Order: sequence, then C-alpha cells, then structure tokens
Amino acid sequence: MKFLGYRRSNGRVGVRNHVLVFPTVICAASVAQKIADAVPGTVFVTHQHGCGHLGEEKEHMIRVMTGFCSNPNVGGVLLVGLGCEMLTVELLGDELRAAGQRVETLATQAIQGTAEAVARGKELAQRLLKESGAAEREQVDVSELMLGAKCGASDTLSGLTANPATGVACDLLVAEGGSAIFTETPELLGAEQVLARRAANENVRDRIWEITSRTENRIKALGLNIREAEPGPGNIEAGLTTLAEKSLGAVRKGGTTPIVEVVEYGQKPSKKGLVIMDGPAHDVVSVTGMIAAGAQVVVFTTGVGTAVGAPIAPVIKVSSNSGLYRRWADSIDLNAGAILDGEETLQSLGERLFQEIIEVASGKLTQAEILGHREFAIHTINPTV
Amino acid sequence: MSEVVIVVDERDNVATALRAIEAGESLRIGVGGANVDITALEPVAFGHKLALSDLEKGSYIVKYGEVMGVATKRIAKGEHAHVHNVEGPEPGRAER
Repeated sequence: MKFLGYRRSNGRVGVRNHVLVFPTVICAASVAQKIADAVPGTVFVTHQHGCGHLGEEKEHMIRVMTGFCSNPNVGGVLLVGLGCEMLTVELLGDELRAAGQRVETLATQAIQGTAEAVARGKELAQRLLKESGAAEREQVDVSELMLGAKCGASDTLSGLTANPATGVACDLLVAEGGSAIFTETPELLGAEQVLARRAANENVRDRIWEITSRTENRIKALGLNIREAEPGPGNIEAGLTTLAEKSLGAVRKGGTTPIVEVVEYGQKPSKKGLVIMDGPAHDVVSVTGMIAAGAQVVVFTTGVGTAVGAPIAPVIKVSSNSGLYRRWADSIDLNAGAILDGEETLQSLGERLFQEIIEVASGKLTQAEILGHREFAIHTINPTV
Repeated sequence: MSEVVIVVDERDNVATALRAIEAGESLRIGVGGANVDITALEPVAFGHKLALSDLEKGSYIVKYGEVMGVATKRIAKGEHAHVHNVEGPEPGRAER
C-alpha cells in the first residue's frame, strides 16, 4: 500500500514539509519567535530548556531536540541560540547535520543586538523556505510510516472503543511493514505481564520490566505509591476498579502485535513494528517524545475531550463516544462512539481510521492542524540547576 | 439498537454497563457468540461492571481477556463488581 510523502535526502519520509525555527535555549526564544513571525510559512516552537541540565539530562535533551528537529516532517531547521548556553547551535547543528537534516544556525551573542539577529534570521529562514518548497510528494510505501498512539482526557469508554479501534489501525500498519509507537509508562503499570508476554524476545521483555520498575521507583522515591494512588477517585466514580483495568484499557491503543523494541524517551527505534517508548503520561510531553522518536502521524483518543495538537506532525483525534463527537465537532476527526451506536464494528472503524491515517499522511489536514493547535513540551528527568 | 452492556473478550467474567442499569433489570448478554441471561441484583451505573457468573472469593476478575483484579468476597452473578468487592491483582511480578 502507498501514500504520498516527501522522500528526504537521508532516505526518511515525511508527511509534512515544515520549516522549523527552533531556539536551542529559552533565552533565544523571543528572537526565534520574531524571526518566525516575520517569515510566514515557518513553524516556531518554544520550550524552557537548553541550559542548566544536570548529569544525564544533557544527553537526554540533545537526543530529544535532535530527534524532533530531524523528524522527516521537517524540511529545514533554523536553530537560534545565544552563545553561552549548554546546548549551543553549533552542538545541535552538528547533531542535526549528522542526522541528515538541512540546518542553518544563528547565535545572537555574536550579533549586534536583537534587530540585527532578527534580520539575519529572517534571511536564513527565507532561504530554508525556498529550498524546502522544491520538495514534492511522491508515492512511497506505507511501511515508511511510524504512527504514534496516545490516549488522553480518557473516559470509561476509551478502553472499549477508541483505544482498541486505534489498536486495529496499528495492527494494520504493522502488517504492512510499518511501525507504531506508544508510551505513557505509568499507564503500563498493572499491565506489564500482558505486555511482557507479547515481547518479541527476552531483551524486550526485560526492558518492559525495567522501564515500569524505574517509573515506579522514581515515584516511590518521592514517598508516593502509584498503586495506591491509582485509580484516582474520579476514575473509581467512573467505574474503573483497579490500576490493572485502567492500564489494560490504555495499552489496547497499541494493538496486538509483538513488541519489537523498547526505546528511551525521544529515541529513534532501530526496528520496524510495534515499539514502546518510556515516558510520562503527560499528553503534550508524550506526543512530543513520540515525534522526536520519528512518528510522522499521531492518533490521539479522547473521551472527555482535548484539543492538543503538535507543531510538526498531524494529530488525528478519535472520540470514544458520540456525545463528545457532537459537542466537539470542530476538534474530533473520527468518532469511535459509532461502535456503541451500532453503526460500526471495532474492525470497520479501525479500518476507517487506517484509511484516514493514509489520507492524512498524504496531505489531508487534521482538525488540530486546521485549528492551529501546536502544543510542545519536553520531558525533564532531573532538577534544573 | 445500541447494547446495554459490553463484554470485550469471551474469557471475561464481567460486563461493562453502557447505560445505568436498574436493580431487577433482565439482560441478555452476548459473550463470544453465546448468550448469557442475567438479572441485575443491584443498580449498576454507566461505565461500571457487573458479574457474568458467580465468582468465589479469591477468584480472578477478567476483563479484556486479562486479569484485572481479584474478588475480595463472593460476588454473585448480576452483582455490581467494583472496589467494594474487587482489589488489584498482585502486580504480576511473580510471572517474571
């Protein structure tokens, strides 16, 4: 099966052709924003990082920022930095070039103030925009796709309709030779044994236990016990009885195929197939991480409703119930509530979602893109110093 | 017509209510191609679960075809299965 994508010079395939203006440190964020504002057609993201990272968090941030900026949905990147920060434009620029990404850099401390920095940045961004504009969509195999699967603002029906329908779509993509990735380690707790049984090999099985234990231990170190805190009072009122029940419903979004690899937050998988990424359940943080890992398209299921999107990747929203679909018609792309209304089966809706993924990958805009939802947040692992 | 309850997997011994169910309500529930007739013994709210068979204390509660809990007391067929009579399974560490 084919879709229309952008084949990059490094061989990877994008579903969008963005030019990204990316501050390597928060101190350069306003200059980067002024540049992006002055060059319509570019995408700007901001974050609070780039300096003061303690220990292993520096490498973590380099991996995540490099992964995000070299996602094949990005045709060119302008890195904007200050000069004295930990993650300089030189450092990230080298990483991005090594990943085969087209990159320009601007360090503002070497320039006579903001106005000149913006003027120079504008020229660089315009150059990138002109170059990337030459890229054309071509027929590529769907095996080039990595789908990110996410659930957030869930309800009792998410695990019964929208998540398993997304699982069907993941299974179809994996059967075509593509990849699916899901994360939210706290929502794997209680379902570890189910996932471990589906591990492709012993190493993957050990890694599943490693990331779940690590998350549980980090929470314990704060004097908290997630197995007592979850499910929360709201969950219990909604009918969720145990953490295992909650997690079993959440992991259905990944489908039923063997888990071929477990990667760190924002790490690019080395294998095709179904992959678990370690990471928090925070909606925007997990979506950003999956895009940094290489996901070009994200499916996001919701029961209560969230409008979250992403700056460089289309996010397809699937509602778990028809009430939300009616209330939030402008924010939902597909309604899995149709399964309960007797209009669709899990299989037929999953197939329709898979078709939608192919169309979105080929250029069809999602509601989140149309509405301009571009949330972005990176997982931190240590205190900032 | 939409279903009143949903049973995800034929191995499940609980069903999830898709609307509020009243005490005494008779339900015919499809479980893996067969039908199970059940009378709700008590009200079961939307999103909550009821037992598809008599479950002894200590037996596994199965949903999604997987163990999601353990009965802390006997749960009769048609009874509401929730935090008052179900607790989480030991987190599966023994299966390592």
